[in-house]
Amino acid sequence: MKTIYLDNNATTMVAPEVIDEMLPYFSDLYGNPSSIHSFGGEVAKKIAEARQKVASLLNADPDEIIFTSCGTESDNAAILSALSLNPGKNHIVTSRVEHPAVKVLCERLATKGYRITELPVDSDGLIDIDAYRRSLTPDTAVVSIMWANNETGVIFPVEHMAYLARERGILFHTDAVQAAGKIPINMRNNQIDMLSISGHKLHAPKGIGILYIRRGTSFSPFLIGGHQEKGRRGGTENVPSIIGLGKACELAYQNLENENGYIKSLRDRLEDGLINKIPRCKVNGHRQKRLPNTSNMSFESVEGESILLLLDQYGICASSGSACTSGSIQPSHVLRAMGVPYTMIHGSVRFSLSKYNTEEEIDFVIDIMPKIIERLRQMSPYWSHEQTACTGV
Amino acid sequence: MWDYTDKVREHFLNPKNVGEIENPDGVAEVGSIACGDALKITFKLDENKRIKDARFKTFGCASAIASASALTEMLKGKTIEEAMKITNQDIADYLGGLPPEKMHCSVLGQEALKKAIDSYLGMKEKTTDEEIICECFGVTDKEIERAITQNHLTTVEEVTNYTKAGGGCGKCSDRIKSIIDRVYSKEGQKEQAPVKRPKLTNIQKIKMIEEAIEREIRPSLKHDGGDIELIDVIGNRVLVATRGACASCMASQATLKGFVEIKLKELVSPELVVEEVA
Repeated sequence: MKTIYLDNNATTMVAPEVIDEMLPYFSDLYGNPSSIHSFGGEVAKKIAEARQKVASLLNADPDEIIFTSCGTESDNAAILSALSLNPGKNHIVTSRVEHPAVKVLCERLATKGYRITELPVDSDGLIDIDAYRRSLTPDTAVVSIMWANNETGVIFPVEHMAYLARERGILFHTDAVQAAGKIPINMRNNQIDMLSISGHKLHAPKGIGILYIRRGTSFSPFLIGGHQEKGRRGGTENVPSIIGLGKACELAYQNLENENGYIKSLRDRLEDGLINKIPRCKVNGHRQKRLPNTSNMSFESVEGESILLLLDQYGICASSGSACTSGSIQPSHVLRAMGVPYTMIHGSVRFSLSKYNTEEEIDFVIDIMPKIIERLRQMSPYWSHEQTACTGV
Repeated sequence: MWDYTDKVREHFLNPKNVGEIENPDGVAEVGSIACGDALKITFKLDENKRIKDARFKTFGCASAIASASALTEMLKGKTIEEAMKITNQDIADYLGGLPPEKMHCSVLGQEALKKAIDSYLGMKEKTTDEEIICECFGVTDKEIERAITQNHLTTVEEVTNYTKAGGGCGKCSDRIKSIIDRVYSKEGQKEQAPVKRPKLTNIQKIKMIEEAIEREIRPSLKHDGGDIELIDVIGNRVLVATRGACASCMASQATLKGFVEIKLKELVSPELVVEEVA
């Protein structure tokens, strides 16, 4: 059975070009980039090239890029650095819909005496800018707001928010893990101080991340050790992955516009197809202000894990905000923050596409999905056949 | 990916006995859509008072569907007395086991069965001496006790896996812990008579609330730069205003409900409800 992979916000396929670029650095070119000999020096040159490619994707300078082990490390490093450099300030502004890499860290910091403001979102998943402006106080040390939400794809106006923070002398960090490679990011056009990216969300391998630190922004390292990354992140470089990530960023940059037109058209085809064929389903999150590859849909009266496991029977991979899929008892904190009713949260499915998806795959899902929903609704005590009006708009 | 047994997968992919029996002898509906799983079962007896047919409808995950399918299969051919002996562990065993986090699906099956048999025997739904412990999922003390004794649960986490209680806001975890302690102390020793609180006059109540705020609540809020002021007490409604850091803090609602109200319930009267006024 062929796999139809529509879970690209969870992780992506490593691009074949990326693998080709990486392979020699496992076998023949295994030198340590810090070594004095030319065998290591060759590797150091290649890392510099990769850093340049990453910088180009962000329109940043190469020395503003440090390589980390993952998005979570980047998020932790950024926030903890901001706090340690502002010892008198004990307030953090974030949102209710952050990734656990930020959310759980802030919850932990709250137990250590930090005051956390979690900005609410409206039913479209958007933040109220006035509420944000009001939340910034003289004791605010750092703001950490994601560029785009992983579950709904909703995009936040982080550039404007960073401007407001800068006006007040507050550091601004953004988790751009879902945004990078999907929408344009131009660091010369904004005042964001720190930005996190994860390799495996843009067709690079798992276990590699980036922290962008604006030139002039002070930074206190998270991993302390050797002089790697100019002393800003100790530990011998993950050479093959860094080189792979460089290639992945180059590909993402080249493809940004083209691919997004294509991916967005597939995503819209999927949504329109499902809305037309399945009564009582709806899209979660603002329809325009969101990533072109993400669709979060709710199907009333059925439960997400059951949907996913039936999709799995056809080789279709997606994810859900339902409680049962995560092992926690509470469903998605993102959809709850948006006030999506429980009847709709438990039946939510996230489809996230990539350039490797095809129209045939999407049409197959549009064909299968109504049958799955109908089958589960037949079993559901909450479903009756009078409920046929579509609430999809 | 859950580690489901082949038997769970089989009952999920090809569930047995889906539907509803018309004019059933026993019927029950448990769970709710907010909890993420719900189950309706119906059964019919034959002339020898054995269960001839049992059917279910469920809203839930794969293990909820499989548990309901297994339960209805197990019921067929049984007398009411035999059916009453089915436990959630029997349902899980029939399926070759369930992941610990999914045991509540089998508990849901057992609850539905018990309620359906009660409906057949003409009993009332929930006896009034049951008290809701977990407000997020509507789980009562009796349900928690039953899960603890039948499955030998010893930690709050296990109780959450089996009943969902404590899996929402987590406010009730202390109470769950005390139920666990009570169950095991009961088993060994003689039962302790519950402490009866005398009924308070309104003046006594206000005095006690003031004292509790002064002694137990204010010092802790002050520690975080906040403060609280008692505005009025109307019946069991305690009206308060927040001051200092609390007044501008997004988490102050959680503090009022999760800390102030719990403290007042504990120290003064369990009926008290805290409300914020500007």
